[in-house]
Order: sequence, then structure tokens, then C-alpha cells
Amino acid sequence: MAYQMNFAPVMALAPQLAEGALNTLILSGQAIVAGLAIGVVGAVGRTEGPRWLGRAVGVYVELFRNTPLLVQLFLIFFGLPYIGVRLSANAAAIIAIALNLGAYSTEILRAGLQAIPRTQIEAGLALGMSRLQVVRYVVIVPALRIIYPALTGQLTLTLLGSSIASAISATELTAAGARIESTTFRSLETFLCIAVIYIAMTFTFRFIYWLIGLWLFRRKAPPKPSLIADVTEVSRAGA
Amino acid sequence: MSALHINEIKKYFGSLLVLDGVSLDIAQSEVVAVIGRSGSGKSTMLRCINGLEKIQSGSIEVAGHRIGPQGGDLRSLRKEVGMVFQSYNLFPHLTVLENVTLAPKVVKGVDREEAEEIAHEVLRRVGLAEKSGAYADELSGGQQQRVAIARSLAMQPKVMLFDEVTSALDPELTGEVLKTMEELADAGMTMVLVTHEMGFARQVADRTVFMHKGKIWEQGASEDVFANPQTPELRNFIAPNLK
Repeated sequence: MAYQMNFAPVMALAPQLAEGALNTLILSGQAIVAGLAIGVVGAVGRTEGPRWLGRAVGVYVELFRNTPLLVQLFLIFFGLPYIGVRLSANAAAIIAIALNLGAYSTEILRAGLQAIPRTQIEAGLALGMSRLQVVRYVVIVPALRIIYPALTGQLTLTLLGSSIASAISATELTAAGARIESTTFRSLETFLCIAVIYIAMTFTFRFIYWLIGLWLFRRKAPPKPSLIADVTEVSRAGA
Repeated sequence: MSALHINEIKKYFGSLLVLDGVSLDIAQSEVVAVIGRSGSGKSTMLRCINGLEKIQSGSIEVAGHRIGPQGGDLRSLRKEVGMVFQSYNLFPHLTVLENVTLAPKVVKGVDREEAEEIAHEVLRRVGLAEKSGAYADELSGGQQQRVAIARSLAMQPKVMLFDEVTSALDPELTGEVLKTMEELADAGMTMVLVTHEMGFARQVADRTVFMHKGKIWEQGASEDVFANPQTPELRNFIAPNLK
């Protein structure tokens, strides 16, 4: 007999799903802000800073890009208590995910910074700006523009990757799903709902990134009036 | 009093000696053209003056600031020494007005209103007052270069360096840039220009310096240098240009 889908038991626990989704948003939101801050400092440090700083950032990046996020999470959650730092599961998850995103975004941002022609930097320096002013006013926006798709893609991965925080019983969406599944025994229905919620969240985030991009890169020149006139002429001629 | 004093500078790229003990004194309001073949060291010398290239020995004094092999207070120096590049190097994400106001605002701490006032004035000077809202890629090469000159002027420099500023331009666009530079010269700006425009050098520069193999090979009043070259190297260099 074909399997009969039954969402009712899952829907009865909808408040738990909502709470889980909210926690996922909070957790990954905090991790994204912290991770991007690490990425900016890491990328600028690696390209503009003294050699020792560049090396230190390099070691950090290699460590975090060559180990699984889950292992990083376990090391932080189970390891830090040994040096006297006790963290809640959620705090450990935020730190692990932020450090992981920090390593990836360091490399993405560095690629952007290095893609800006040296002549642009020289023009800024020749005007008397400091190196950091050049980065801030001359380099950052064009650099972000180049790597924006890669960066926002990484942020989407971060949002989805927050689901592994369920492994240390952080209270996010996937963990909520596991709890619901274990009381309702409706595995398929539960995780279909979870998947839909993740899709809704990533699409919302991507919409926000798109809006931020519109604002950041607002310098799109308005079409020249003469061009518009030409187009209307042509379409009139065609009609 | 000299506005710019270059004293026996040497510059290496790796083991290659590109400036071999260059000395040059430039007076207030003097316009000096630097000519020579590619690789003669003329652009490198210009870039040493505002510290974009390090020197290995000798010293440079400009507008009261000194650079030696150990460097110097480059930021203070660059506030007073403007530079215009061959490839314009306007900032593509900023409007013309923002390009011009950026350095006065962030380097000198001038407030926005005053910076815009200065910007409008220098844009008027280069004849582009009406382009303040445009972006670089909406301008012709000649217009971009004039904005670059305005951007440099907005810092109210005491000395301006021009590094082959018309070399990337279509021939019909060089005129407007040269005219802007000539007006600056007439207004008393101290200028050093590396150029391939022999006619312009001869006509506008008070003095022309011919560089060859990393040295100042020959120099003098522009008219003399072109009419009466002393060395065979300079004769060879300018002969095809005068035809």
C-alpha cells in the first residue's frame, strides 16, 4: 500500500518549527555579521598588513578551510571547557560558524582586493591618502562588486550550514525538526516542512543581499535620454 | 628658492640601475618638460618625486618635505605634490564631483560644503563644470584626464607632476588636455611633465630635460634644446619628431 502523507501531527507542533526557524535566523545572522567582520580584517590584514600578520591569517585560513565545519564545532564545544571556557551550545555554534565563514570570506574578499588595478591604488596614494583610506574609499566598493556573487553564495551556505549546530543540541531549525520527528514519527513530513522553511529563508536572505547590492553599487548610470528617444523611435517605426 | 630639488638620486629595479645619479633643481612657477626614450628613466624619476618609487641613494626636497632612501613623510608631501597619470585613474564608482572632493575631505578634513565649492571651481577651470554628476565611463578620454587634473588641483598642490598624460589619448583629444595644462602653466603652477609631445614641450616648457640611460643627458631652455641639440643622442631623438 502506498504511503499516506500525514502532516497533521507535524503541523500541531508548528510553534516549535517557528521557534527553530527563528533561532536559525538569529544564530546564522550573528555568525554572518561576525564572520564577515573577521573576513574584512583577515583580507585587509593579509594584503596590507605586516608579514607576520599575513602569515598568521594564512595559517588560520588554511586550518579552517581544510577541516570539516562539524569537526570545528566539536573542537570548540568540547575543547574550550578544557581551558576553562564554558559555552552554551548556541554560543559555540555561532563561534564555530563565524570562524568558518571568516576563513572563506577572507579569501573571497582578498581576491576582490587583489583584482583592483595597482594604478587605482597609486592614484589614491598620490592624493595623500593612507593605505587604509585607499582601501576604504577607493578599493572596497569596486572589489565588493567583483566578488559579490561569490560572497553572497558563501553566506547562503553559512545559513544552511548552521543546521549542523543540531549536532551539539543547539536549538535551531534542524534540531527542532529532529525533536518533532522523534515525537511524531513522521520523518518525511517533518523534514519536508523543514526543507520548505530553509528555502523560504534562503530566498528571503538572497532578496536582502540583492537589495544591499542595489544600494552598494547604485552607481549604474541612468540610460541616456537620447538613447531612450532612439528606442521609442525604432519601436514606433516597427509598429 | 627652488620648489623642487633632486640631489644625486639613484634607483634600482633589482640589479638594474634605472636612475644613475640624477640631480635637478626646479624653481617656483617653472615648467620643466622631461623627454627621452622609453626606459630612459623619465617616468621613474617623476614617480620618485612623490614617493611612489623608493630611491636607493640621494635625496629629494619638494615643498619643504624631504625624501631619502629611508623614505620620508610621504603623506604630507603628497598633499602638496599633485600627480596626473597616463591612464587617468579616475575612481569608477564615484561621480566626477565625488572623485574631486574625496581627497580634500578625507585627507585634509575639509567639510563637504567647502570641498564641493573647491570642486566646482577646479572643474570650471578645466572646463567641465557641467559634468560633475557624470561617471568616468560616461566621459571621453580627454574629459577624464581633465577631471583627473581637477582632482589633483583640488588639493591645492604647490607642484604638479604629469606622467605622459596625453599618451593614452586619441590624437584629436590631446589638444583639450594640453590647453588645460598650458593654462595651469600660465597661472604660475610649478610643473614637471614627462611627455612625448615635443611641440608642446618646446612651446610651453621653460626648460626641457633630455634623459638617456638613467641620466640627465642634456638640458636647457626649451627653445635651445630643440633648435640646437648638443649631443648626438638628443639629435637622434628629436630628429624624427621634428619632421
